[in-house]
Amino acid sequence: MPICACDDEGQLLQQCRRGSREAFEPVVKRYTKDAYRIALGLVGSRDDAMELSQEAFYRAFVNIRHLKPHAKFFPWFYQILRNLCFSHLRKRRLRRTSGLPQFDGEELTAAGGDWFDPHMVVERTENKDRVWQSIARLSPKHREVIILRHFRDMSYEQMAEALFCNKGTVMSRLYHARKMLKEILENSKGGHAYDL
Amino acid sequence: MTCDDYRELMMGCLDDELTADQRKTLESHLAGCARCRAEFDDFRKLKAITDDVTLLEPEDKLWEQYWGSLYNRLERGLGWIVFGVSAILLLIYGGFKMIEEIIKDPALGLGLKIGLLALIVGLAILLVSLVRERLYFRSRDRYKDVRR
Repeated sequence: MPICACDDEGQLLQQCRRGSREAFEPVVKRYTKDAYRIALGLVGSRDDAMELSQEAFYRAFVNIRHLKPHAKFFPWFYQILRNLCFSHLRKRRLRRTSGLPQFDGEELTAAGGDWFDPHMVVERTENKDRVWQSIARLSPKHREVIILRHFRDMSYEQMAEALFCNKGTVMSRLYHARKMLKEILENSKGGHAYDL
Repeated sequence: MTCDDYRELMMGCLDDELTADQRKTLESHLAGCARCRAEFDDFRKLKAITDDVTLLEPEDKLWEQYWGSLYNRLERGLGWIVFGVSAILLLIYGGFKMIEEIIKDPALGLGLKIGLLALIVGLAILLVSLVRERLYFRSRDRYKDVRR
């Protein structure tokens, strides 16, 4: 995925700092699909993913002066996008739980409603549907590393940059996320997770 | 090293992120530890089925409209800022002129003058309060601190 700061990106961002919306266009086009896919993985709705990714680009442009001159755009942008997505999930959770008994924060995940609809999965099978819906039941932080690794194919170094942590933390988070995913799959099937 | 210490290496091995030495260390542990071997095999199957899930792409038309829609949002954002600033300046100027006219107008009774002035002062207080609240939340905006 194109998350490197290419040679011309620095110049484009410099023009963006001077208020050029035209210079922002190639930057947006370079990361549009990644932003949308990550948002889709985090919130599980096509419309919300489109809206949140656009809002993230808007906020990135408005706050572009906070990006240091030689810093990479994507890790900085990713922080804006994930904060927006997590904030969106919190609001959605509040809407869903209003009037209902309060669950422990991390327990209540993105699953349910029209979100993480299996129709989003290509060449659907029962097993693929189950995996996608199990990912939806992970906590946002666990889901995040699964999305970045499996759906965006980011390297550990790229993930560490985007998550503002070191590679060891990335590996540790992936371990816990995959362990949790395995347990959810096992429980959903009532048996071994990999009889697929 | 305990079994827990090999968890991260297992992830690195699954995702092809280990050096040759790290891979060798992990393999020698897995050769002698049935529990870790079983866990590693489970993770390998889990990775295979997760990698198999691919998400549908939106229609090409949506990608084509993406920048246009974002550009409009950027333009509207700038428009709102210009509109807001100019509206505030005009309101302040108009307020002062209105106060001046009310005070100078001999046709208005004292009671009406006091009522109108109180109305203007009340509006000014509301406006200042609103602006102060906006500035307060802006100073605590979590995105403001997102810097690299």
